[in-house]
Parts: sequence; structure tokens; C-alpha cells
Amino acid sequence: MNTPMPWAAAGDPNPVMPHASEVIVGFVAFMLLLFVIWKFVVPRFETIYEERTEKIEGGLQRAEQAQAEANRLLEQYRAQLAEARTEAARIRDDARADAVAIREDMLAQARQEADRVIAAGRESLAAERATLVRELRGELGALSVELASRIVGEALADEARRAGTVERFLAELEPPDGQAAGAGAR
Amino acid sequence: MGTLVLAANEEFVPPGARDFDLPPIFAGVTKPMLLAFLSVVIIAGFFLLSTRRSGLVPSKLQFVAESIYNIPRNLMARDQIGAKEFRKFVPLIVSLFAFVLVNNLYGIIPVLQFPTLSNIGFALALSVLVVYPVYHFVGMRKYGVFGYLKNQLFPPGAPKPVYLLLAPIEFFSKFVVNPLTLAVRVFAAMFAGHMLILVFALAGEYLLVHGGGWLVAVSALSFIGVIAVTFLEALIMSIQAYIFALLSASYIGTALAEAH
Repeated sequence: MNTPMPWAAAGDPNPVMPHASEVIVGFVAFMLLLFVIWKFVVPRFETIYEERTEKIEGGLQRAEQAQAEANRLLEQYRAQLAEARTEAARIRDDARADAVAIREDMLAQARQEADRVIAAGRESLAAERATLVRELRGELGALSVELASRIVGEALADEARRAGTVERFLAELEPPDGQAAGAGAR
Repeated sequence: MGTLVLAANEEFVPPGARDFDLPPIFAGVTKPMLLAFLSVVIIAGFFLLSTRRSGLVPSKLQFVAESIYNIPRNLMARDQIGAKEFRKFVPLIVSLFAFVLVNNLYGIIPVLQFPTLSNIGFALALSVLVVYPVYHFVGMRKYGVFGYLKNQLFPPGAPKPVYLLLAPIEFFSKFVVNPLTLAVRVFAAMFAGHMLILVFALAGEYLLVHGGGWLVAVSALSFIGVIAVTFLEALIMSIQAYIFALLSASYIGTALAEAH
């Protein structure tokens, strides 16, 4: 060291040579710190991290469960809905069938009733006609007798008069004969 | 230098290695020793306090602590050692990172103003007494002494004759150089950084007090230099702490690796 460096003045310590005391103190201080970190600090952090992970994973699991439950309920509701629809369709079909049956029933009844009414009408018509025929028969007899007497009384010579007499007779017959003629036409 | 107007009998003495060899405060206890223990109190206190009422939803302080804790845990231990085995080493890597970081940052904190690791003894304590034995021990425990040595000194994939050269180099690197460089790296950075701050601060002070005339104005430049270097140092101190813990994790990871 003939040319001393400016920093290496006489009596300057060599900075690269360690002091044993500092090595020991540094080691002890660090071990102390390591102990505290090892025993207290790291376990606390790791516990928090684990809890956090668990919480998140647990949350995900719960969410999955809720989703599955919701899906199950949805399926159930769908099934119930389908069932209800089938039921409704069945009821509707039943009702339709009932309605048809009822209508046919009523139709048959109405037809029966109508037949009955028609039959009654026919009967009463027949009875009336019989009455009319009976009455007419009596009247016709009387009228024939009257006509014959007139014809005989008026002298058969005059063709024209004879015709007129018949006409007149028939004309006289006409108004009361409307019913009888109708009945007779049938 | 003749033009400089300097006070006659006050010569400027540049800072030197003696400025790092502080006299004991009491009973042989020096400032860096106290600072080392203070760092233990600070780190342990901070982590214990911030996790005292730890919750799943972190408080602000807990969030800060978790952010700091996650750097050595995830970026160093887990990335370097592997997700399977890193948990055992988290306390060590966290302690190394925090210890080196706090002891480095002392260098720019007013009043304390002394990076503990600028005394090489502390750096050697960490690297040679802690990291070095740990990574060899875990490697030997996992593979046995011979298995470990074979793993480390004879990395597969090289042609046989090359091992004549490779094995001694690997041995030298892993058993001699690594622990020393680990210590020297952080020590030298802290030593040089503190020296740099001292030079600017002492020069500024000297110019201000003894300079006279326009040299007083120059002292302002020197003080600006102190501030600039302080910012630079803050960066270097953090990076050195990061590198120290990262390399420690890397050595452990290499010792545990199957084959590389």
C-alpha cells in the first residue's frame, strides 16, 4: 500500500472484514424475528387465506346447490303444469261429450214432443173432420132434398133457368161450404 | 485548487470506511446492533398489530400488511420453490425480505440514517448462517447427501467429459460463491449508497460553513445532490431487499428441484 487510497486513510478499518459481534447480533436478531414470524404472523395470514378460499369455494358450492334446487323445482312445476293441462283437456273433452249427449238427449226429447204434438194435431184434425163430415152429411141430405124440390118445382123445360137455378144453388152453398169443401179436399 | 477560497486550517476530510465503524453507545453495543433489534420490533409489531383482528374482509392496515406479505410469499417463495413445497419456507423468506428491507431503509430515515447492512457482519449473518445452511440442509434431507450432491454438481444433459469442468464449477458456485455474493451484494450497495449520501452531505456542509463567497451557493447543488441520491437509494434499498429474498428462495428452489 505505497499509494494509499483517499478513503483508506491511516487507521481506517477494512470494511470487508466483519466484526464477530455484529455477525452474532445480526444472527440473533434475525432468529428472533424469524421466530415471531414463524409462530404468529404466518399462521395468521395463512389462516385468513384458507378461510377466504373456503368461503369462496363454499359460496360457489352453495350457489350450485341453490341452482340445482331451483332446477328441480322448475322441473316439478313443469310436470305439474303439464299434468294440469292434461287434466284440463280431459275435463274439456268430457264436457264436450256431455254436451253432445245432452243435446242429443234434448233433441230426442224435442223430436218426441214434436211427434206427440203432431200426433195430437192429427187426431184432433181427424176428429174434427169426422164431426164435419157427419154434420155435412146431415146437411147435404137436407140440401139435396131442397134442391130436388126446387128442381121439380121450377119445371125442367127451361134450360137456361135450370142452369141458373143450379148456379144459384151452388152459390148459396158456397160460403158455408168453404170448410166442408176444404175438409173434403184432403 | 489554488483559486478556491478555503479556510486556512479547515481541510475537507472525505468520508471513509471509518464512518461505518461507529463507536459503541454503551457496553460494546453499537448503533447498527440497536438498529437490527429495532427492526425486529418494528416488523414483528407491524405484522402482529395489523393482523390482530384479522377478518375475511381486510381492514386498511391488514390490506397493507397482506400486500407486503404477499410479495415474498407469492412472488418469491411460491414462484421459486414451487406451489407444492413453498409453505414451509414462507416464514423464512418473509423474514428475510422484511428484515433486509427495514434495515436498508434506515439509511434514508432521518435520525436513524444508517443502513445496518452496510456493515458486512449483518449481511454475512443472514447469508452464511441462515440461507446457506438452510438450502443445503433441505436439499440433503430430501435427496440424501449423495443424491443431493449428484443433483447439484452433475446436472443432467451434459456430455460426460464436460462434467470434469462442470462439477467443480457447480461446487464452487453453490458451496462457496453463492453465500458470499449474496452477502456482498447487499453490503456493497448499502455501503456505497451511504457513502454517496455522506459525500454529498459533508461536502455541502463544508462548502456552506467554510466555503465563503460563491462556494456557499455551490453547497446548494450539493444538497440537491443529497436529495437526489436519497431517492435513488430508496429505490436501491428496496431492490436489494427484493433481490436478497428472491435469491434465497431461488437457492432453496434449486436445492429442492428434481433435476434442472
